[in-house]
Amino acid sequence: MPDPQPASVYDLDHKAEVENLATFAVLVDNEPGVLHRLVGLFAARGYNIESLTVAETDRNAHTSRVTIVTRGTPHVLGQIEAQLEKMVSTRHVQDVTRDPNGLERELALVKVKSLGAERVEALRVADIFRARVIDTTHESFVFEITGAPNKIDKFAELMRPLGLVELSRTGVLSITRGADAL
Amino acid sequence: MTAHQTITAPEAADTEMMSGAEIVVRSLLDQGVEVLFGYPGGAVLPIYDALFAEPRLRHILVRHEQGATHAAEGYARSTGKPGVVLVTSGPGATNAVTGIVDALMDSIPLVVITGQVATHLIGTDAFQECDTIGITRSITKHNYLVKNVDDLPRIMHEAFHIATSGRPGPVVIDIPKDVQFGKAAYQGPQAVTHAHDYRPQVKGDAGRIAEAVTLIAQSRRPILYTGGGVINAGPRAAKLLREFAELTGAPVTSTLMGLGAFPAADPKWLGMLGMHGSFEANHAMHDCDVMVALGARFDDRVTGRLDAFAPTSRKIHVDIDASSIGKNVRCDVGIVGDAASVLEDMIAAWKSMRLSVDKTALAEWWKQIEVWRARDCFAYTPDSKLIKPQQAVERLYHHAKDKDVYITTEVGQHQMWAAQYFRFEDPNRWMTSGGLGTMGYGLPAAVGVQIAHPDSLVIDIAGDASVQMTMQEMATAIQYDLPIKIFILNNEWMGMVRQWQQLLHGERYSHSYSESLPDFVKMAEAFGAVGLRAEHPGELDDKIAEMISVRRPVLFDCRVTKEENCFPMIPSGKAHNEMILAQEARDLGSIIDEAGKRLV
Repeated sequence: MPDPQPASVYDLDHKAEVENLATFAVLVDNEPGVLHRLVGLFAARGYNIESLTVAETDRNAHTSRVTIVTRGTPHVLGQIEAQLEKMVSTRHVQDVTRDPNGLERELALVKVKSLGAERVEALRVADIFRARVIDTTHESFVFEITGAPNKIDKFAELMRPLGLVELSRTGVLSITRGADAL
Repeated sequence: MTAHQTITAPEAADTEMMSGAEIVVRSLLDQGVEVLFGYPGGAVLPIYDALFAEPRLRHILVRHEQGATHAAEGYARSTGKPGVVLVTSGPGATNAVTGIVDALMDSIPLVVITGQVATHLIGTDAFQECDTIGITRSITKHNYLVKNVDDLPRIMHEAFHIATSGRPGPVVIDIPKDVQFGKAAYQGPQAVTHAHDYRPQVKGDAGRIAEAVTLIAQSRRPILYTGGGVINAGPRAAKLLREFAELTGAPVTSTLMGLGAFPAADPKWLGMLGMHGSFEANHAMHDCDVMVALGARFDDRVTGRLDAFAPTSRKIHVDIDASSIGKNVRCDVGIVGDAASVLEDMIAAWKSMRLSVDKTALAEWWKQIEVWRARDCFAYTPDSKLIKPQQAVERLYHHAKDKDVYITTEVGQHQMWAAQYFRFEDPNRWMTSGGLGTMGYGLPAAVGVQIAHPDSLVIDIAGDASVQMTMQEMATAIQYDLPIKIFILNNEWMGMVRQWQQLLHGERYSHSYSESLPDFVKMAEAFGAVGLRAEHPGELDDKIAEMISVRRPVLFDCRVTKEENCFPMIPSGKAHNEMILAQEARDLGSIIDEAGKRLV
């Protein structure tokens, strides 16, 4: 265990720091170039973007909600949050990962091509995951599935040996439980 | 609420219909702008037409758009007001880019207005079109492309708010030519509704401030490490810094950007820190137990080797930019806020908590600092026949110190000698390109400073290589009768490049010697300025006195020893306490390891 209050910052054990996934919900002014500015901030500093979703959420206030999933050490994640807050176009930044009330959902479309027993099994797995069939041919299904990202990972993993040929994901969306709003 | 309550009746003047160009000019006036630096071109002609009819705005015609941005920076840094630049589309905008980055890196408030081709031509590779908004997105604090003339009043006023509040920086407004011709209702600064909810945190957290002052009171070896943030927070911050230093008895050092916030005449002043900082400042930084960073950002030129930077210290970091805190160096107490506001609260907390320092420990600390100071790290050996560059700056300081003097510099050895040998007692007197390190900054910056302070002595301490980068602005100085003094330490080399090649690259002087230099005296005369030359130590004083007494622009060709190096120096990849003094610097190449050589 590293000393919680060392005499100097250099006594902090940097090697113990591991990279974590983090999800930031960012409310920005919806104006031309705002996405470029935000993405540029990551690109210029070599930070990763695992997923990114963006859409206008309040037409009257001209605000868009951006949900970014990124990866980094606690230090890097702190910098990302500070840099996001520094943008003039930013209204609010929320670290959803650190919030115990944070909810994350993702939607995926999954195309599975198979015949016979595999086709039946795919349908059974889809049923267990509460995925819906939104298109079918004699040799394929397209499933629609919603859930936390790891549920979708799991679904895709199970579908792979059953003939998964194409996967399309929206990226993570987030919101918090309870009455408080961003 | 009834409908009529929501509508505030704007003043008659505020609903006036104007062209976009007139809105630009009117907004500048309403923002209190007196001077703008610019260069006309096709895509800004409507704005120039509106300026033609406006005697209250003084336009300074530069000779290159880079000069306009640096002049505006010099104006801004010496006055505390935002600098305003007006340039055309395409090459006008791209030429301004260097100065815009420079302002971003050094946190200088600029509003840069660029012309753009008409909206229906954008994206067609039209004549003098470039993607100004794309090019400047990562080099501005914020930027705008005005697509609708109705948005123009709001954007103009918002740009000034953003450029000057929080951590200051450059804002670009790109205005297509048809928008300049279009008509809209003008609204003043108070009437517009900002689209951005930009309210930076000015006041520091009270709990953290209490924690910080307690830590300082418990310290045995404190140090105040101040930066450009103290200058940007205004003269009040510099006053409060003096008070806080007095209260705590702590030594004060500063970054290159922060020179002048604390008076050099004060015994608590240790001089600049960092790569070419003073021996006492760097050693005190290394050995301190509590460091108070005020408006400084732990730049790599300041910290040296990071894992050996002030290893026994607890660090308090005060900065208006939350992203600066913990960016390079982890701190124990981070306080987001304006330097003046936080210093005021720290002083109040210190007094109300009845804190005091450990006088015995502090006396011990000062005893140690005096030992370091006694090393006299800036000592050099004068020469009977040749002028030493250090001596030139020292003599210049001697002649200028009692005058109302402003100093700008270019970038390189001369810049470091200026920082080491010229002493500043007040803020806003020292203009240098710190973050970006832009050769060619000093001459146009001097133009901007002299515009703001027509009766003051404005000196650009320059190098022979740097000064050629923006030399054409001498014509601007002549046109506006600006008696700027360009004091060139001429060693015929790109001195700092030569120094690194000597020390780190086995004395292989690859392309750092100026094979052909202009005759600076004749060049001055060609511009219509005064040219002076000093070649021997004996004539230096008389020539400097002559330069200062002439009420005209002067190019001073000060011939100095050619191979002088800038010391002391923290070699790349080394810690503060591994500083090299001039007399120890025989073979720096063997001191710096391979990893150090890879660093910039």
